[in-house]
Amino acid sequence: MRKLLKYMNEYKKEAFLSPFFKMVEAIFELFVPLVVAAIIDNGIGRADSSYVVKMALVMFALAAVGLVSSLTAQYFAAKAAICFTSKVRRALFEHIQKLSYSELDKVGTSTLLTRLTSDMNQMQNGVNMVLRLFLRSPFIVFGAMIMAFTIDTRSALIFVVTIILLSAVVFGIMMVCIPLYEKIQLGVDGVLSATRENLSGARVIRAFCNEESELRDFEDKNAILTALQNFTGRISAMTNPLTLLIVNFAVIVLIYTGGIEVNSGLITTGEVIALYNYMSQILVELVKLANLIITVTKAAACGDRIEAVLEIEPSLTSPDEEVKGSGKYIVEFKNVGLRYRGASKDSLTGLDLKVKKGETVGVIGGTGSGKTSLVDLLARFYDATSGEILINGVDIKEYPQPQLRSLFGVVAQKSALFKGSIRSNIRWGKADASDSEIMAALDAAQAKEFVEKKEGVLDYMIEQGGKNLSGGQRQRLTIARALVGDPDILILDDSSSALDFATDAKLRKTLRNRFSDKTVFIVSQRTSSIQHADTIVVLDDGKAVGIGKHEELLKTCGVYKEIYDSQFKKEAVS
Amino acid sequence: MKGKKKTARKGALKKTLAHVSRYKLMIAASILLAAGTVTLTLYVPILIGRAIDLIVGKGSVDFEAMLRILAKAAVLVCATAVMQWVMNIINNRVAFLVVRDVRNEAFAKLQTLPLSYIDSHVHGDLVSRIIADVDQFSDGLLMGFTQFFTGVVTIIGTLGFMLSLDWMITLVVVILTPASLFIARGIARSTFEYFKTQSEIRGEQTALLDELITNQRTVKAFAHEEQAISDFDEINERLTKASVKAVFFSSLTNPSTRFVNSLIYAAVALCGAVAIIKWDLITVGELTCFLSYANQYTKPFNEISGVITELQNALACADRVFELIEAEPQTPDKENARRLQNAVGHVELKDVSFSYTPDVKLIEHLDLDAKPGMRIAIVGPTGCGKTTLINLLMRFYDIDSGSVSVDGTDVRDITRSSLRRSYGMVLQETWIKTGTVRENIVMGKPDASDEEIRAAARATHADRFIDRLPEGYDTVISDSSSLSQGQKQLLCITRVILSLPPMLILDEATSSIDTRTEAIIQASFAKMMEGRTSFIVAHRLSTIREADVILVMKDGHIIEQGAHAELLKKGGSYAKLYNSQFDV
Repeated sequence: MRKLLKYMNEYKKEAFLSPFFKMVEAIFELFVPLVVAAIIDNGIGRADSSYVVKMALVMFALAAVGLVSSLTAQYFAAKAAICFTSKVRRALFEHIQKLSYSELDKVGTSTLLTRLTSDMNQMQNGVNMVLRLFLRSPFIVFGAMIMAFTIDTRSALIFVVTIILLSAVVFGIMMVCIPLYEKIQLGVDGVLSATRENLSGARVIRAFCNEESELRDFEDKNAILTALQNFTGRISAMTNPLTLLIVNFAVIVLIYTGGIEVNSGLITTGEVIALYNYMSQILVELVKLANLIITVTKAAACGDRIEAVLEIEPSLTSPDEEVKGSGKYIVEFKNVGLRYRGASKDSLTGLDLKVKKGETVGVIGGTGSGKTSLVDLLARFYDATSGEILINGVDIKEYPQPQLRSLFGVVAQKSALFKGSIRSNIRWGKADASDSEIMAALDAAQAKEFVEKKEGVLDYMIEQGGKNLSGGQRQRLTIARALVGDPDILILDDSSSALDFATDAKLRKTLRNRFSDKTVFIVSQRTSSIQHADTIVVLDDGKAVGIGKHEELLKTCGVYKEIYDSQFKKEAVS
Repeated sequence: MKGKKKTARKGALKKTLAHVSRYKLMIAASILLAAGTVTLTLYVPILIGRAIDLIVGKGSVDFEAMLRILAKAAVLVCATAVMQWVMNIINNRVAFLVVRDVRNEAFAKLQTLPLSYIDSHVHGDLVSRIIADVDQFSDGLLMGFTQFFTGVVTIIGTLGFMLSLDWMITLVVVILTPASLFIARGIARSTFEYFKTQSEIRGEQTALLDELITNQRTVKAFAHEEQAISDFDEINERLTKASVKAVFFSSLTNPSTRFVNSLIYAAVALCGAVAIIKWDLITVGELTCFLSYANQYTKPFNEISGVITELQNALACADRVFELIEAEPQTPDKENARRLQNAVGHVELKDVSFSYTPDVKLIEHLDLDAKPGMRIAIVGPTGCGKTTLINLLMRFYDIDSGSVSVDGTDVRDITRSSLRRSYGMVLQETWIKTGTVRENIVMGKPDASDEEIRAAARATHADRFIDRLPEGYDTVISDSSSLSQGQKQLLCITRVILSLPPMLILDEATSSIDTRTEAIIQASFAKMMEGRTSFIVAHRLSTIREADVILVMKDGHIIEQGAHAELLKKGGSYAKLYNSQFDV
């Protein structure tokens, strides 16, 4: 949490003034019992009505000054807390943009989202509370004690003992309860995931008639949660009665000693009353302080989590200076291997591959054979753990990221579209693409026809995640998005899986005719999609078991033949 | 609209009370204890006041009388503490138990809701009803119990005690108190708008973040980072401004009410002191007592107004939960419904029409006669009604007209559980329950022996990866665990192979399994389908070719029907579809 404080630098003034004005308010509040004591001793004691009125006016004034300083404090607190959080949020978002795939994999999307949203809100709340209350409560508690000392030392000792006892009770119970609350949260999470799972598996659960056992499981989880809540409730329920008990006993002792002191003429009746009033003030503030500490611990935990993400170093760095490459091959893999962080096995080993400009490369293999790893390495979404990859004869690590990205058009397995018009989505590939360029890309991606049928054509608004389009339509738009930037290398990662055979074939035909100068990598499970490629790479368990043309591979590569046969066997017969 | 909302809230209140009333005894005890606690708490200041009155001045303190009073106070304080503790425990208990009941009911309801309800509601929303809303509801309930009771009793009690001391000063307190309430109300009302703006912008920001972070890979692939940051900045800027306003204005409440309370306090001090000096109506001890009452009296008002907002919130949440609990369940099985056992597998659809929404027609006048043991492949573009057909076969949805029958009995005359047990279903979207591999496999046959389970896993070659898992069949897995989509699908197939029901539904059952593994498990598949009526949805034409009947569907109709060779010869849409895969 500490390292986040640098984002507060700009708001130092606010962060200082807020507690300062809170302190001013507290000081004025502490004067009130003294004024009451004066009313009783001087006003009532001497039957002086005008003195009483004067003192009442002083109390009004104290209240008014208190109000003004407290309002000022609230304003500065709100401003400092919110602006601080806003800075941190921006810093975090910016940082996430710098992370590479492998860090994103490690942290996970849902974690990042929680950090950016609810953790931020909790932290903001915590900072705000600290600025507002963290100083006020101690001011009042210790202030009351000090005021007690100014009245009477012997009685003030009662304050010292009371404060120690109260703190022990309040903080002791809190210490016991905080870990219990965490356990409860785990219980709630368990109940939550059980519910979510039940919904997503509704069909399967019903198909196997497992409703009863699901309900039993849930009731068990729920019962455990309730038991835990009750247990914790029993402990936290002690706070109030115990604190009241302590304070009331303190009052009783205070009155008794006060009686002795008055009897021997050391203090006045009014002063005993003032001491009594201070005692009541302490109780209220300590309870507030305890609640505050819970909020603050939570907020600090959120801050720590945010800081942890901010401290992740982006593992991919790239130089700033553009490079100009040339060479016989546009893409060259030299003994390339990849092992994902935390994995026990390589996902890709010892891959050698040379590709000339304008060639089409087909990549085929079973699930988990390393197809996607190959193209992810090529676009430098991950760094190879061994070997090197050259583009136009230059190691891809020497390319600045933006230059490297501009060389590629990537269509990923999962087609992601964003809320906004079709136009703005396609422009991801080229920020200043004209409508005619966009239409050309749509046409090539076999998307023109359905786009033209949409209301507003290019202005048609896509909902979040592309929910208002079918899977095939989404996929074609992502292909158009990759084409519009006119990249040198096009990567299609299993990107025609949602297209029917006819559309898929038409798409490949267009790519070959209209984009013959482009180097294309096609990843697929279908032999039909890649059999006409210039080079086919057959992957099995991370290794290239065959590289060559279709006919060659049918003869030489057992794995390829097996895949081909599994898809076309009967055809040869009929 | 507003009226409707109000009755909904009233309904929710009634239902909440119905749930709470199961714990009548505890609640009665809680109310009694609350009354006792408050009375004693209020009585203590009076005793203290009396004790103070004995402290007259130097040398004239009556210690004996004072000790008597203080001892009495000590006993009362102890009694109060015990009562309060017991009351707190009871309140917690009631709130937690009610929440447990409501959650169990809601979850039980999920099991009997028609699938159309689950399909048409966002799951996140349903989950938040059962979890977040119920939590909010429990908080409201708890606060209601603890603070509402004690608050009301405190107000009444304080008023009574004050009146017994002096009616004039009481009047001052009673007249001035509402001021703090008005101020709190006023601030809350004007802050509401600011909060609304804030949460709107926050929602906007969350949506943007959700979209960008979820698709961070795409953002990177298109070097879109700069643009993303500037989009983010724009919203972040607006959010900051709106938040400062909302937070500042809402934070006015406390200082303002505190100010009013101070005024009341000063007024009581003034009136009390003057009353003593001029008319000698009360004692100094009684004035201290008044002052501590003045502090206490305003507090429950603020608390209660807080509780009321909280309760309103809680009722709104309760309403959402009850809406779920009271949703129309699926039509129950008929009383004399038949239990389908050892089905032969003759499935017949006659003149079936069905649509999800009345205005978008989907399946119309569909006829299909699946003879026992037949293998039926369903082909067609997305949205043609393939998955819908499965929904109807499994009776996940009820048809609008016509009839679906199994072995000559209309499915509506068969119990749902026996119908579904007669089908083995593997869907494209795999679902893994959080639990061990074994638990996942035995879903359809809970009493399967270890040997049976292993045999089933061998048949699908799932044993290969299961054996490599850290704890084999006892490894706990879940939907989000690191199994690949293909491995999950193998597990789902294993489930069906284990229970081996008389009819099968395979909806893209092997879509995520690579073709090599698929070829390897083909034998098990063939064996499984032998003599079983099977409905197969597939993209891969290699899978489809071997079917006895191929149904080509389009827009809810069967446009072609026949065996592979037959349809190829016919040269219709199937032939076109089939040939397109070779056309490059």
